[in-house]
Amino acid sequence: MAASRNINFTTDDFKLIDRGSQDIEYLVAEGPSLSYWREAWCRLKMNRRALLSLFTILFLLLFTWVGPWVWTLDPARQDLVQISRAPHLGISALVVDDNFNWSGVIADNELTVNHRHVESLSVEVINNEEVIDNSVLSDDASYSEGLAAPSNLRVVDKPNTEYVRLTWQPVVGAARYLVYRNERQPESATDLGVPLWETDTARDVSYQDRLKLEAITYYYSVVATDGLNESNHYAVIQVDVQQAITFSDAVYSEVLPPEASKLDSIGRMVELQAHPLGTDYLGRDMLSRLMLGARISLFIGIVAPFLYLAFGIIYGSVAGFFGGLLDEWMMRFADFVIALPFLLFMILFKVSFGIGPGESGVIPMLVAMIVLSWPSMARLARGQVLQLREQPYIEAAKLFGASSWHMVFRHMLPNMLSVILVSLTFAIPAAIFTEAFLSFIGMGVVPPTPSWGSMSHDGMKTLMTHPHELIFPALFISITVLAFNILGDGLRDALDVRIRE
Amino acid sequence: MLHYLMKRLAFGVLTIWFIATATFVGMHAVPGDPLMSDKAVSPEIRKHLEQRYGLDKPIMQQYQIYIMNMLKGDFGISFTQQNRRVNDIIAEHFPVSALLGVLAIGYATLGGIMLGAITSLYRNRWPDYLLIVFVVLGISIPSFVFASIGQLMILKVNAWLGFQLLPVAGWGSISHMIVPSLILGLGILAYLTRLMRSSMLEVIHADYIRTARAKGLSSQRIFYRHQLRNAVLPVITVLGPAIAAITTGGFVVELIFAIPGLGRYFVQAVQQLDYTVIMGTTVFYGAFLVLMVTLADLLYGLIDPRIRIQKVA
Repeated sequence: MAASRNINFTTDDFKLIDRGSQDIEYLVAEGPSLSYWREAWCRLKMNRRALLSLFTILFLLLFTWVGPWVWTLDPARQDLVQISRAPHLGISALVVDDNFNWSGVIADNELTVNHRHVESLSVEVINNEEVIDNSVLSDDASYSEGLAAPSNLRVVDKPNTEYVRLTWQPVVGAARYLVYRNERQPESATDLGVPLWETDTARDVSYQDRLKLEAITYYYSVVATDGLNESNHYAVIQVDVQQAITFSDAVYSEVLPPEASKLDSIGRMVELQAHPLGTDYLGRDMLSRLMLGARISLFIGIVAPFLYLAFGIIYGSVAGFFGGLLDEWMMRFADFVIALPFLLFMILFKVSFGIGPGESGVIPMLVAMIVLSWPSMARLARGQVLQLREQPYIEAAKLFGASSWHMVFRHMLPNMLSVILVSLTFAIPAAIFTEAFLSFIGMGVVPPTPSWGSMSHDGMKTLMTHPHELIFPALFISITVLAFNILGDGLRDALDVRIRE
Repeated sequence: MLHYLMKRLAFGVLTIWFIATATFVGMHAVPGDPLMSDKAVSPEIRKHLEQRYGLDKPIMQQYQIYIMNMLKGDFGISFTQQNRRVNDIIAEHFPVSALLGVLAIGYATLGGIMLGAITSLYRNRWPDYLLIVFVVLGISIPSFVFASIGQLMILKVNAWLGFQLLPVAGWGSISHMIVPSLILGLGILAYLTRLMRSSMLEVIHADYIRTARAKGLSSQRIFYRHQLRNAVLPVITVLGPAIAAITTGGFVVELIFAIPGLGRYFVQAVQQLDYTVIMGTTVFYGAFLVLMVTLADLLYGLIDPRIRIQKVA
């Protein structure tokens, strides 16, 4: 235990100190004595963590005010080519035709394929080993199990996020074909999952996939079926999908100039809009939304505490200063308000205000927070006033005939300032938390207004597939709250304020 | 003591009345009216419904009936769920929230006291720093982040193991309760750890500790009998509000883990504008909060004789 450690004094400890020595510098007061606030600032500067938090907060303010000038992307603009995109600093995309009609490949009756415009592409074709072993058809009951896997499964045209076109050789005895898509290589025929597509006839030996393609690697599998049973044998192909953008999308989203000719553009590579923090489920840029959201979260987080602090201090000071029956009644009322279940009444207020169309819901939240949060501040202020009232300098002021207003504003408030400041730094993270919490459960800021809380609410829906949509707003909330908490601790130490928690 | 008890109780009742009135005023300030739904109702049916819910009476009379019913412990009938009494809804869903809350509070209190005591023992050494980091993170990260990450983790662990170790969501068995209650109590755990730590560090400089040391008591005895016991006192005062906060603040955990608690039900009622359910739940929770705070205060008085004497005098 640290407290029970023995301190061994030696005679050296009691020697006269040498005035010139380096290690006693701090004992000697140098220069003029500092005011209370200057000294507190010096002490805060010594606290590295508090200083770091202060810079973090300044950075966040810069982020929200200066950020939109640096990163000028409109937070409401939907980038429909890039929905729920993970963070990236610009990717190139292939411009493709808007017309996706593909006649496909129809097999002849003789079961040879009629090649329309099959390009030979160097795509690795992985055939299941079993296929080769059982390529000879058996004529017993397990006929369909013996249906061979389609051979020569390959990709037509360059696979891209607008379409993946597949074709394969027909299988003898097949009635139809099933196409599967997986994001990892299937291990067996039972591992294929749910079919993506079933062809109409045995002659359809092609498929064009346009279902929510992403620029990743897919494994397409094709299985023949005799109409009742699926074969156990499948052909699988690995397809690396290239990011693509249609010509009209490219012109619309200004990656191509409006006068660009269609013929020249198709097949070209263009650079898509960069999204350093990705996009959300509607294709809106996360970074610019976080900047705008910061404005709303910080506005509520900073303005609400300021206002309820001001109200609470006036209320508490009046009660404490005048005392007597007025104090009794005023504080009783404050006790009542404190007893209201906070979150329930925040929600209740939101309902009572009734948010109309086009409103963001920020003002009702602000008002509700002020109405519910002032009493704790009032209590604190009253306690301070009661304590200060007994101070000799107040009595001296009274003796000089100072008015009540003069006494409150000139003598009491400045002396309460340190306590107020420390409470403010703790009230801000609490308010940010409340906003985030309410918006997260859908009871706060109304969409499409972004706040960190409402962005987390949206991000929660896609957490399993696109975690960045929750992680970034949550990170911002956490960092802000953390910074204000540490700064509050630092301020408390620097100002030497004792607040009972 | 009896005088103090009576005073506390009277104040508690007054507070509940205030909560009920505030709820009534708040709900009647809502634009539109409770019978306005997307289905068009004929005037006769509407009149009948108004009669059934007592909405045709003047507002003061409605308030009177509301308060009288409240005194009888009757919160009325739900607007959106036909013939379901609000009392039944509370009786069905509150125990779920309460169980979750008790589990969370239980582990958070024990853990907070233990961790706080440990950090104070290892002051300014690595276990202290480690726990401070944990505490700061626990206070700074919103519960919905913990809850969603927790759920994702369950999913990943289940997928990795190949069988279901813990259910991802739902309610019914002990395995459903583990992760939600752990997450629900995390904030309180961090808060109590911090409180306990500062309380321990404060107590260590007290005169009675010096006296005990001067008497030659072993440091273990001082730690358990003198320091810990006295340091726990402030923790008990915040326990009342903490219990209330955790039982009402369980919305997020209940929403994410699909737990049929009263918090989730309240959010649902607000979305559907189910007036009676909103009013009933708010008043019920308010009363619960008042009860908890009063109990904690009384308990504090029982445990710490100094407070008792101070308050009586």
